Amino acid sequence: MAINTRADIAPATADLAPSARWWAAVRDFARHRTLGAVGALVVLIMILVAIFAGPLAPYDPLAVDFGAMLTKPGGAHWLGTDAFGRDVLSRLIHGSRTALLVGFGAALLGATLGAVLGVGSAYFGGRVDLYLQRLMDVFLSFPLIILALALVAILGNSIPNVIMAITVPMIPRAALVIRSSALTIREMPYVDAARAAGFGHTRIILRHMLPNVVASYLIMLTAFLSQAILAESSLSFLGLGVQEPTAAWGLMLRGAAVDFAEAAPWMGLFPGLSISLAVFAFNLFGDSLRDALDPKLRTL
Amino acid sequence: MRHRGSRILSSLAVALALTIGWMAPAIAQDKPRSGGELVFVVPSEPPSYDAHREETFGVIHPMAPHYSTLLKVDPFDKTGTKPVGDLAESWTVSKDGTTYTFKLRQGVKFHDGSPLTSKDVKASYDKIIFPPAGVVSLRKSAYRAVEAVEAPDPQTVRFKLKWAEGSFLLNVASPWNWIYKADILAKDMHWYEKNVMGTGPFKFVEHAKGSHWVGKKNADYWDKGKPYLDGYRAIFISSSSAQVAAVRGERAHIQFRGFTPADRGSLVQALGNKITVQESPWDCILMVAMNHQKKPFDDKRVRRAMTLALDRYDASKNLSKIAIVKEVAGIQVPGTPFATPPDELAKLAGYSKDINASRTEARKLLKEAGVPDGFSFTFKNRGIPQPYEPVGIWLIDQWRQVGLNVKQEVIEASAYYPMLMRADFETAMDFQCGFIVEPDLDLPRFLADSDANYGKSGDKVLDDLYNRQARATDPEERKKILRAFEKRLLDEEVHSLMTLQWHRIIPHSAKVKGWTVTPSHYLNNQLDTVWLSE
Amino acid sequence: MWKYLLKRFLLMFPTLIGVAIVTFVLIRVIPGDVVELRLAGERGAASEEVIQQERARFGLDQPIWKQFAVWIAGIPRLDFGTSMWTGSPIWDEIKLRFALSLQVAVMATIVAVVLAVPLGLLAALKQDTWVDYAVRIFSIAGLAVPSFWLGILFILAFLIIFKWLPPMVYTPFWVSPWQNMQQLIWPALAVGYRYSAVATRMTRSAMLDVLREDYVRTARAKGLVHRLILIRHALKNAMLPVLTVIALEFAFLIGGLVVTEQVFNLNGIGMLFVQAVAHRDYTLIQALVMLVASIFIVVNFFMDVMYAWLDPRIRYR
Repeated sequence: MAINTRADIAPATADLAPSARWWAAVRDFARHRTLGAVGALVVLIMILVAIFAGPLAPYDPLAVDFGAMLTKPGGAHWLGTDAFGRDVLSRLIHGSRTALLVGFGAALLGATLGAVLGVGSAYFGGRVDLYLQRLMDVFLSFPLIILALALVAILGNSIPNVIMAITVPMIPRAALVIRSSALTIREMPYVDAARAAGFGHTRIILRHMLPNVVASYLIMLTAFLSQAILAESSLSFLGLGVQEPTAAWGLMLRGAAVDFAEAAPWMGLFPGLSISLAVFAFNLFGDSLRDALDPKLRTL
Repeated sequence: MRHRGSRILSSLAVALALTIGWMAPAIAQDKPRSGGELVFVVPSEPPSYDAHREETFGVIHPMAPHYSTLLKVDPFDKTGTKPVGDLAESWTVSKDGTTYTFKLRQGVKFHDGSPLTSKDVKASYDKIIFPPAGVVSLRKSAYRAVEAVEAPDPQTVRFKLKWAEGSFLLNVASPWNWIYKADILAKDMHWYEKNVMGTGPFKFVEHAKGSHWVGKKNADYWDKGKPYLDGYRAIFISSSSAQVAAVRGERAHIQFRGFTPADRGSLVQALGNKITVQESPWDCILMVAMNHQKKPFDDKRVRRAMTLALDRYDASKNLSKIAIVKEVAGIQVPGTPFATPPDELAKLAGYSKDINASRTEARKLLKEAGVPDGFSFTFKNRGIPQPYEPVGIWLIDQWRQVGLNVKQEVIEASAYYPMLMRADFETAMDFQCGFIVEPDLDLPRFLADSDANYGKSGDKVLDDLYNRQARATDPEERKKILRAFEKRLLDEEVHSLMTLQWHRIIPHSAKVKGWTVTPSHYLNNQLDTVWLSE
Repeated sequence: MWKYLLKRFLLMFPTLIGVAIVTFVLIRVIPGDVVELRLAGERGAASEEVIQQERARFGLDQPIWKQFAVWIAGIPRLDFGTSMWTGSPIWDEIKLRFALSLQVAVMATIVAVVLAVPLGLLAALKQDTWVDYAVRIFSIAGLAVPSFWLGILFILAFLIIFKWLPPMVYTPFWVSPWQNMQQLIWPALAVGYRYSAVATRMTRSAMLDVLREDYVRTARAKGLVHRLILIRHALKNAMLPVLTVIALEFAFLIGGLVVTEQVFNLNGIGMLFVQAVAHRDYTLIQALVMLVASIFIVVNFFMDVMYAWLDPRIRYR
């Protein structure tokens, strides 16, 4: 079941210049897979908001203002204020930075490290594969939240530590997926032929295995991104993630937001919507990406 | 003449009859009604069943109804500082204040039918004050003044003290000093960790782990006519929103610890006059511990600046809307016998009503001490939503106003205590919850040799003041010494920094009667005086 | 094939031992221990000698390998020790809560299957139409909404709109099915909806896979009756990856109920686990992790069995 990525996407543009080909591919994607394109657009907007959080946010997200406690949305505060008089919109905007920082950080690290392990495991086989597999199995047996919980308890809850805590459980999951992708290549006769011809390990891995696991990797990455954002907000909700007074979506759903859920629903409504939107967008995009790259691809 | 006289008389009679008739339903309503099962929610479960070795309210709330103590705190006293007899019918104190003799009630029986005598009281107190090896007694150090406990005859218990102690009676009224059966303790000192056998108003029925605790009326209770309830059911619910939902959905009558102002708002709004709200200052306070062994907190000018920066009165108004804190307090709960009156309190550093003057002085002091503007340090806080998080946010904001740039580091609740013990902090949130408002119980932590003195402030003058007030038997004399203690602690040396006193809010079903809120959530949980109206 | 299966069976044990070791060491690295917590909670003060005394009682002053040996020795006798926080035998602590979590997990899986199979099928048959889009949006929404937020919304909806509250106390199914369902149907729906997302997409892509096969295309060209037979046939073949996903998700469910139980206030093993970590109750944490890991590993093994039986081409080194 060889995966041929280029042929599927834009057969008619194979003769165009590379940059034009890429642009055509994007247009094609947008036209045929609208849902995914919408998801991608939302993701892009979110990234821009996160980068330009400083100038975009109308207020300082940390500024306590007891005179404006629990004000309704509208007027000076578009989305209202929280129990400390802090502007909800500003906290949402800065929260996107935390979410994407942790999300991208953990997902990229986890997916990449896992991919390295998965490819190595598949390529070298034998004892290496056996031991690595066992190690991965051990860590896979821990549900994500539980491992993250324990790691945060040990490491503490600064942003880098939270990223670590979410990355570690993701590595074995990535390794599993990439390994099964890489294994199918391993079975191909041309790998053996290349070895016989005297090509080095690195060359074979880089030139033959890697390009074929790229599709799985990208799809898995988008899945991980959404899982990481959810994990971060769950950890914050449980009190184990990013801490006050940092602005973070999960953190905004805790404490006063629950207490005042009836009297001041906007406190909990908007962060919840933001999380849902982010995860939704990543998933839509990833879903369509998978369809585009190879509808026959078996996924986890 | 006679007709008018008799007419006046008869109209008076009618008026009287009408008045009595009008008052009668009101009086009838205040008469306790027997029957019904009280359902209450408890946020945490008892780790073991022996109160002598535990200190969580998770033990007191479901289990206190099974036991009696020698003395207890008057359940109708809002300050929670008046000792009355539970198993003790009366008591006398010797002239020099070193011998306390208690006369026990007649006819008190354990739930298995055996009679209670003074040897049971002696055995229980021996376990508390002189625990044998391998037995943990958490509050042993509060009874350092006791030399011996004697049981000269079956109805008398005598305590011999090494020195006169003004707080002794209140100490004996501790809600943790359950009286156990001597015969059982003689056989197995650890029996009470997993079993229940007391003389209280309710007998033990069942404990379903993680779920609920049930007690039923003790028909042979010594206080005839009590308890009024047929039984009670304590349901363990850890999520506070679920607790509120339970009271709101009328599945539970009351929660004995405390709810947030937001909860009170939603309950009152949803249930109107089906809800009664009782409030009180709480015998819990958050303080800021400053590590006296780390620069620049070894300089008392810096510590003074940190307390001057806080606008406590403004916070009292605002934080009390969103957090369970309210009263501005010194070393004792406002409203209790030894608390400093507000106008005197305002003379201490950080308690002045003129916040601008305070903050100007703070900035001046910081400059003098060589602390630059924008100086950054860490403040470690416990990861608990109420009221640690809001108070933390407030503190950081207040310190920002005098040019201090504080980074909060939140430590998970379970890892917090080890961090404090290791003095691994620059500044940290310190906390104290007492079970009775009494200086001898609240103040030892500020002493130089106390394990709870996390900031490691060693102050001989303070120690001396404490010892003098502990031995003073005249309340007025004691008050004078305590004022001096407070001034030294919070104003002259600023060893610690008080934030706001917690505020206890108990919204409960209006059907629950006979229960009075006190500053302590460890008191008044025997439930013998509680009854349910229709 | 039997040699392969035997190898997979034997491999379960080193994995379990690996989990035991990692857990054992991991929790002892977390600062704080049960004794300090017991004796110093709200009031914040306890004496050092009392703490040391209690530590010795739990054997916490012994070197790590010795503690591990003592614990492992108990396992073959099915003696998992006693909880460090309450002193009760571990099984007593776990049994009622495990029954609850297991029931929610089973119910959630049923909800997930009932949602996923028909929806995935539908989306595959009507690929790239608005039906497909609707199904995909519906199922991704299940993944996107944080379960704790959903739970808060549920409770609020009950109170405000229906003025009703689910039962607070757990009644086992065999005692009162109606009471039991009233409490557990809501978390089962919330969790089941969430897990149907992955299963729906699996069903859809597995079906798409099968529908592309040559024999299917030929049959399609031939007409309606053949199509019906083929749908049944295609479904059977598509079931394999779907069953894989369902089995995997079930194992994750048991452990993943942590946040859901918090929100719906269920007395299950997720909640127990959070409490055990907060209390640093080592014996309880170890027992719970071993329980969840064992379920996961056993389920994995049955997956290997299924794969080997249904697809003899698959051989791992």
